[in-house]
Amino acid sequence: MPLTEQELVARYGPHLNQEPPGGWNAGVEADREVKTHCCFCGQQCGIKLKVKDDEVVGFEPWYEFPFNQGKLCPKGVKRYLQNAHPDRLLDPLERDPGSVDGFRTVSWDHALDRTVNEIRRIQQAHGQDSFAMLSGVSLNNEKSYMIGKFARLALGTANLDYNGRLCMVSAGVANKKALGIDRASNPWSDIPLAEVVFVIGANIAECAPITTSWIWRARDNGAKLIFADPRVTPAARTADLFLGLRPGTDSALLGAMLHVLIERDWLDHDFIDNHTTGFEAAAEAVKDHTPRWAEGVTGVPAGRIEQAAEWWGTSKTGMLLHARGLEHHTKGVENVWACINLGLATGKYGKPGCGVTTITGQGNGQGGREHGHKCEQLPGNRDITNPEHRAYVASVWGCEVDEIPGKGLTAQEIVEAIHRGEIKGLLSICFNPVVSLPDTRFTKEALDKLEFYAIIDFFLPETGFHADIVLPGSLHEEDEGTSTSLEGRVIKLNPSKSPPGNARLDWEILCDLARRLGKGKYFPYSSSREMFDELRVASKGGSADYYGITWERIEQELGVFWPCPEEGHPGIRRLYEGGLFYTEDGRGRFNPVRYRPPAEVVDTDYPVWLTTGRVVSQYLSGTQTRRIGPLVAQYPEPLCEIHPNLAGRHGIETGDQVRVTSRRGSMTLPARVVSTIRPDTIFIPYHWAGNRAANQLTNRALDPLSKIPEFKVSAVRLERVGPPGSAVIDEREMDLVEPKEEP
Amino acid sequence: MTGHVVPVSIGRKPPPRPPRQDAFGENIFVIDQSRCIGCNACVQACEECGTHRGHSMIHLDEVDRAASTQTAPMVCMHCEDPTCAEVCPTDAIKQNEDGVVQSSLKPRCIGCSNCVLACPFGVPKYVSEFDQMMKCDMCYDRSSVGLKPMCASVCPSEALWFGTPEEFAATRQGTLVNEWWFGNQYVATKVHTVADAPGSIDVTAGDGERPWQDDPFGLNEMASGE
Repeated sequence: MPLTEQELVARYGPHLNQEPPGGWNAGVEADREVKTHCCFCGQQCGIKLKVKDDEVVGFEPWYEFPFNQGKLCPKGVKRYLQNAHPDRLLDPLERDPGSVDGFRTVSWDHALDRTVNEIRRIQQAHGQDSFAMLSGVSLNNEKSYMIGKFARLALGTANLDYNGRLCMVSAGVANKKALGIDRASNPWSDIPLAEVVFVIGANIAECAPITTSWIWRARDNGAKLIFADPRVTPAARTADLFLGLRPGTDSALLGAMLHVLIERDWLDHDFIDNHTTGFEAAAEAVKDHTPRWAEGVTGVPAGRIEQAAEWWGTSKTGMLLHARGLEHHTKGVENVWACINLGLATGKYGKPGCGVTTITGQGNGQGGREHGHKCEQLPGNRDITNPEHRAYVASVWGCEVDEIPGKGLTAQEIVEAIHRGEIKGLLSICFNPVVSLPDTRFTKEALDKLEFYAIIDFFLPETGFHADIVLPGSLHEEDEGTSTSLEGRVIKLNPSKSPPGNARLDWEILCDLARRLGKGKYFPYSSSREMFDELRVASKGGSADYYGITWERIEQELGVFWPCPEEGHPGIRRLYEGGLFYTEDGRGRFNPVRYRPPAEVVDTDYPVWLTTGRVVSQYLSGTQTRRIGPLVAQYPEPLCEIHPNLAGRHGIETGDQVRVTSRRGSMTLPARVVSTIRPDTIFIPYHWAGNRAANQLTNRALDPLSKIPEFKVSAVRLERVGPPGSAVIDEREMDLVEPKEEP
Repeated sequence: MTGHVVPVSIGRKPPPRPPRQDAFGENIFVIDQSRCIGCNACVQACEECGTHRGHSMIHLDEVDRAASTQTAPMVCMHCEDPTCAEVCPTDAIKQNEDGVVQSSLKPRCIGCSNCVLACPFGVPKYVSEFDQMMKCDMCYDRSSVGLKPMCASVCPSEALWFGTPEEFAATRQGTLVNEWWFGNQYVATKVHTVADAPGSIDVTAGDGERPWQDDPFGLNEMASGE
């Protein structure tokens, strides 16, 4: 590439879209409103997009949609500004070392033929699995399904995985093994029915903001609220009890709570006896996890651990909610099991106001993890290694069973195989690995080793710097389909406009590639509806059964919960009613969880814990939200949160530039000195690229079962570099000049 | 599959807007700062209101970010006898019959900032770009046709809320407050705020019932060997 990464950004963005088309005073009157859903985060809030002449010009709250009743976070409010955007990719691009732009515009025929020729060349030279595909879970269900089929039948590779591997996959594995199904245990309308709401590792106010209102409804009903987090997040501020634990010690805290429940006999013995297995082993595992011991490991006072156990153990109802703060660990699955153990021990499943659930993060994080673009999975959350599952899906696809490859590598393992030279070619869609994967330098080294890399995206993400072919795809509001919200509610996404320029719908691009690969017979689709109807059949009988769900029902009923095995079936909103689990024997499984340390621990060279996360105005790797001016203005660059005790030891004040160094790399950024974070821990949000990427510092260590990376725990060193650099100005405040003092 | 036409939204017209009505009607606007999560949805949505056109009129302040994540949103309280209008030398600030106090009238406003200084709640702002005072008008283009104001529509935590007093009593906790003393000045407002109980108000959440807030990470608690 003749251009530097900075020059590529100058050419392709992120640039900022500040205003609706024509400007604020254009007086544009929308000619229609389209009921659809927000594309940012798993809550999938209902929203109406205002449309004028095939362009999105604004939004209107959709008050009737039951989950959010018109509520939106700032991302949802400003989402419309990703439309009519100057950075939008309008034509296929091919890397061109001779071009001042780094790429030249090419025809679709050229771009697709080049891609197909490279796929064939690489696979003939190095084997089918030497060409991999990475997918994204912001894609709708239809695309998630067809990508699983595309990779297996058109590419013929086992190596397909998705960026949900970086999200809640540890919760998915834990739920399937313990409870037999991977879905939220409850609709969110159960939260206000809980006497205790226990939130661990979830910055709800910033990552799932609308969920705040459901928790407040519980509080209005008198519920007690417990938050466990290394930071006093905006929602944790209002907790009745705060457990400010050290990063990576969740299973010690939860194990100690189980210890107290057992010691004080705050157990539901009937539930344990009749609806679970494995209690004794789980109890044995925490025999020595006393609150006093846990205080030393977690940094949470023993008295608070006992108080939390008492509230959870003595309340009739309770909801436990967890998210990435609990799941992004080398023991992510164990952490979720430790939560499930608390639910099973107290019988808090399958009843109103009772449940233990993950708060799914990504846009279609729930639906996108069910229908086959995970390396070990076939549609309906079937197992790609199970002969019966393979035979059923082959019958739906009309292929020989042997045409479906076996289990492939997970997302991070694919990048590591690229680095080792085993995988030579890559196609990615809706995935920005140089921002979202841990250990950025390693990721870039790997991508530079690829013989061929093609991406499908609507904007050029930073990963595009490594691409040979860029295929301009479609935005959320340009395609029709369904997604599944964090409640397990399947909802309808309606199109507002058509793709601009020569951009095409993502699935049309993939169908075209399949035809050119000689596999067109498996992809005869002329609409995404046909893919959904095939998905229904392909999921039938699987644990994620969508067979009874139709697009008509979704619109009429404002969403349908799966499992929904027949058209007349209402869909199951609350799982596990009557204490019936989806395991083979119908019982929930305790799993023994003993605390073990994270992959990397602090030492004299790297004495500070680093944890990473999100801010409310940005979404994931920022490909969309770093292009929306008002969202960028709200939080323009990453800030390093540091407790005053730690800052004082280094002479650091708010605004100072600080350097944070781990064994992987180093970055310099402004400090924000706040007493809302543990004194031994710093926090950096991860949405930015290049030298502002938090993942320059993070660790590639993976959970052995789910292969989720340990984003939430690294050991780092902290130094003050100097006084504030360029001041950060919130542009929205610039007009609001304070009045002069009266003389 | 059936051959039904999918009821997609393309081609649908927005419903006709209802006739003008009293902006508040049976409703009250409530601010409960203790619920605020500082997400800025209100700030971002305010500027999307049809007549605000890119200018947010709502205030959202960090109380003391070094110490707390507490934030405090503030809309115009819409006083029954608005001080801003009383002190305006050019009679540029009008109060509608339904009680909504408007931004200054552009032809009359001389940008003197009397209103900015006089408002007991610190709401009006002088906007140099337009050389006039602008402030929250309860999204008059929305509220006067029966729609909720933008901020109270989107607020994820219902810190900003628009509904009837009966709905509030049925679903929420706290005492509504809309009468104030500033020294010897009595002010009654259309907008309400929420107190735990009748009496003086602490708008921050530190209400004494959550002792952990004085020592979130238990540093003193553990040092003392409790």
